[in-house]
Amino acid sequence: MTAALDTGTALGKPIRRKEDAHLLHGQTNWTDNIQLPGTVHMAILRSPMAHAKITKLDVSGALKQTGVVAAYGAKELGDLNGGVPCVWPVTDDIKMPAFPALAIDKVRQVGDCVAVVLATSAAAAVDALDSIEVSYEQLPAVTDMEAALKSGSALVHDEIETNACYVYKMPCGDYAASRAKADVVLARRFINQRLIPTFMEPRSVVAAPMGMSDEITIWSSTQIPHVLRVLLALVTGIPENNIRVVAPDVGGGFGGKLQMYREEILVTNLAKKLGRPVKWTETRSENMVATHHGRDQIQDIEIAATKDGKILGLKVTLLANMGAYLQIITPGIPLLGMFMYPAIYKMDSYDFTCTGVFTNKTPTDAYRGAGRPEATYVIERIIDELAAEIGMEPMELRKKNWITHDEFPFTTVAGLTYDTGNYEAATEKALAMFDYDGLRAEQARRRASGDPVQLGIGISTYTEMCGLAPSRTLGALKYVAGGWEHCTVRALPTGKIEVVTGTSPHGQGHETAWSQIASSILGVPVEDIEVIHSDTGRAPYGMDTYGSRSLAVGGQAIKAASERLVEKARVIAAHQLECSASDLEFINGTFQVKGDPSKSQALGAVAFEAFTAHNLPAGVEPTLQAEATIDPADFSFPHGTHLAAMEVDTETGQVKLRKYVCVDDVGMQVNPMIVEGQVHGGVAQGIAQALFEGAEYDDDGNLLTASLADYLIPSAADLPSFDTGTTVTPSTTHPLGTKGVGEAGTIASTPAIINGIVDALRHLGVTDVAMPASPQTVWRTIQAAKGGAK
Amino acid sequence: MIPVEFEYVKVTTIDQAIAALKSGGEDAKIISGGQSLLPVLRLRMAEPSVLVDCGGIDEMLGVRDDGGSITIGAATTHHGVMNNPLVQKHALLLAQATATVADPAIRHRGTTGGALAHADPAGDVPAAALALNASFVIAGPSGRRTVDAKDFFLDYFTTAVGPDEILVSFSIPKCDWGSHYSKFSRTAQAWAIVGVAAVVNVKGGVIKEARIGLTNMAPTAVRASTVEAALVGASSAADITAAAMHAADGTRATSDLHAKADYREHLARVITARAVRAAAGI
Repeated sequence: MTAALDTGTALGKPIRRKEDAHLLHGQTNWTDNIQLPGTVHMAILRSPMAHAKITKLDVSGALKQTGVVAAYGAKELGDLNGGVPCVWPVTDDIKMPAFPALAIDKVRQVGDCVAVVLATSAAAAVDALDSIEVSYEQLPAVTDMEAALKSGSALVHDEIETNACYVYKMPCGDYAASRAKADVVLARRFINQRLIPTFMEPRSVVAAPMGMSDEITIWSSTQIPHVLRVLLALVTGIPENNIRVVAPDVGGGFGGKLQMYREEILVTNLAKKLGRPVKWTETRSENMVATHHGRDQIQDIEIAATKDGKILGLKVTLLANMGAYLQIITPGIPLLGMFMYPAIYKMDSYDFTCTGVFTNKTPTDAYRGAGRPEATYVIERIIDELAAEIGMEPMELRKKNWITHDEFPFTTVAGLTYDTGNYEAATEKALAMFDYDGLRAEQARRRASGDPVQLGIGISTYTEMCGLAPSRTLGALKYVAGGWEHCTVRALPTGKIEVVTGTSPHGQGHETAWSQIASSILGVPVEDIEVIHSDTGRAPYGMDTYGSRSLAVGGQAIKAASERLVEKARVIAAHQLECSASDLEFINGTFQVKGDPSKSQALGAVAFEAFTAHNLPAGVEPTLQAEATIDPADFSFPHGTHLAAMEVDTETGQVKLRKYVCVDDVGMQVNPMIVEGQVHGGVAQGIAQALFEGAEYDDDGNLLTASLADYLIPSAADLPSFDTGTTVTPSTTHPLGTKGVGEAGTIASTPAIINGIVDALRHLGVTDVAMPASPQTVWRTIQAAKGGAK
Repeated sequence: MIPVEFEYVKVTTIDQAIAALKSGGEDAKIISGGQSLLPVLRLRMAEPSVLVDCGGIDEMLGVRDDGGSITIGAATTHHGVMNNPLVQKHALLLAQATATVADPAIRHRGTTGGALAHADPAGDVPAAALALNASFVIAGPSGRRTVDAKDFFLDYFTTAVGPDEILVSFSIPKCDWGSHYSKFSRTAQAWAIVGVAAVVNVKGGVIKEARIGLTNMAPTAVRASTVEAALVGASSAADITAAAMHAADGTRATSDLHAKADYREHLARVITARAVRAAAGI
């Protein structure tokens, strides 16, 4: 830690977010608010079937409707029907079928785009969809992953002659030997159900050719304006230097906007073709089927251990549902979890196999945590089951196997090197906050009295890998991009500061947090710092926001660029003050001659000198700015202990989360209030997977949970106030000591909830509860354990 | 999504409303709060030609004391109903049920009369109206008529209100019995999987009479008449639990994503016992 980061600066203070005033006053600039003269609105005819041949498609009827400017099927669109790219071919022999923006001859998921209408109003465009003639010949839908892999199954993509997308193996150590030595081998199957990201602002895209130039500007509600620009250039053939992508205010993403969607291709190409702005905004109904989904894995796990609770080895076999097509990083999501199954535990061997499977469902891709929640769920569940199997207290089993604080840095069986951690400290703090012993006593009383409401304690001691990512590691995993981040810091002539970042916030509070980092180094008040982001015209370099990377990686770039700016300013100030640069100290934004505070020059004054350039030292260029592009040395590894007290009404199956305590170690905190907010939101989202959310399909591939009336997401009324705490073990591989917090809560909380429910019911013979643990599911699980009705 | 184009007519009297419905023909629909209708329009599940807005008809707003009963204008919002002193004093069950409808934003817009006329089997207020023996004033081209609760709810989303008619108000005989509405749902804003509306007349620790309405156990809200009969004379938790075992008798529970029929029936029995115990204080 450098002196510049000590207290007395804005760093580490829970200051209020700069972003909030305009959010709270309704002054947000959502993409759908953008109104350009001459705009035509696009509406999409989507497939009502999961798998069918398009036997007829005639868009000519739509062209006759009032206000309609154009209408296209795949045939009419021709070369402009670009393909959605996948940038993560995880194996050499992965099957990567084409994914045209408009379906060609065949539809493969409900919501597939079949045709588009462009009209002078959104209403006219929607109305005209009814005038498109289309007919389908229904084909058998592939909905079950295991059935999909059997010979004779219907095929999602005939041309690849299989529904298996890839098989990825990572054997670490000799699992067979561990298994042979084990006293206990416990095998379980878990289902990590399909989730729908359901961010608040549906997707929206506007593309506008800029009349006098060749430039086309695309505004999109996206997490990845920089990546999108590259991909749009590759897919549309429009020169990259003519494309500007702007992500205006973006209302949430959770990974669902870490994507290049077919609608973005269509809107861009059609704006170019028609020579006028084109706009499309999805409805919530479209969002449920056409925005990528998350999770959806069948997880077989086997753990080998001694009878006194020493873990020897772990074997994980996954079926991962790709859906109908591969989107940007669909195949790689399970691999982000691959490294995390061994989690915080020491073991000799680990064997991982994942088979990606095509089905006639919406494609899956990143969703908050992306692979790591799936891993954490399974390992934390099997640890509890192993504890029950060998009759050990579940926390004691964890303590027996986890990496102790004096063993860091520690290279895990999966090959990651965790730089730091202190699981003992976080756990001790969480147990104290929770009243663990008191709740165990209450649990015993309720069991003894046969109370219809039973109490369970759920534990999750998690770690995760975030701060995506070292570029060389991404390369080794065949990911076709880097993981660096960029920052330019400019001191303007009037002393104001611009921080230009390549991260792309969509609710996180980067404007505030990045200002705090720059302020702490430059000595300039937070309110004098403007953070410029999410516009490739104003912030040209970046890798955007996902994978809890923005602070862990982007924060380093802000620190480095700010420090470089101070060094350039120091040379100029020394020249002005007629001293040696090494004679200057930089205190609260002012250069002072050591030992003579009367001789000083503030950073703003230096910026003005750099602007006028009347009197700069030889070899120093005018203007005061500096930039840094940083590739992280490694991932970062937040960890923590989450505890849930679950009340289960055994008569109805209804579950009540009575108390939730979490202690997270996310390293150094730039703004503890923002950290706490991220933890609250993340925990809520993980609880939602455990209790409420789950995308359900029928055998024909129809999404049954296609509206928010059926796809349940919790509100504040459904959750208690969480008791949050932190420990601070700074990362040693990240110069700010930060780790990342965006996904931690989601990763940690799901197994804590389910472990709590199972713990409440274990004496009844219950050993697992499927997610989401709806009242009906819990009740039927109890009935089955009792040997009653299924 | 965007609804299909429609005409909008705002009326200020019942007669104007009936005339507007008549001139609008078969596809004319009444709107007041719009909390059920607008989503249907936006999903294009209905494509009415005319919407007749009855939210501004004085006679349909507010609650009045009619001596032995109270009368509630059909366009009174849920929020207005649940917080009305007359409702809280004389028809507490209705206030209790209304308070569980959706969320505060919807309760400020949506109307209780609208919910009754909409007759969603999963809606909360029909069961309360049944248990409270409400009666409904319906106006149409040939004048006004009054329909008792037992004859009001006919089928899924179907009531005694004809396509050319309008629900003006509903009346509830004043009731000072113990009451409770128990809603079993997965989230606070979700529809009831099962709801139980109970009013119980307890004298000296013994149940003299009970009326129970069930939500979402049939195509319409229904009375649990077997339970009502079995509750007479009940004086203990065990008595109530035994009577509640009949809660699913004669119901026609359906299966959906959140509950299969057998689970709904089980819930009806458990929740009925709990609601009656809460209403009776036993």
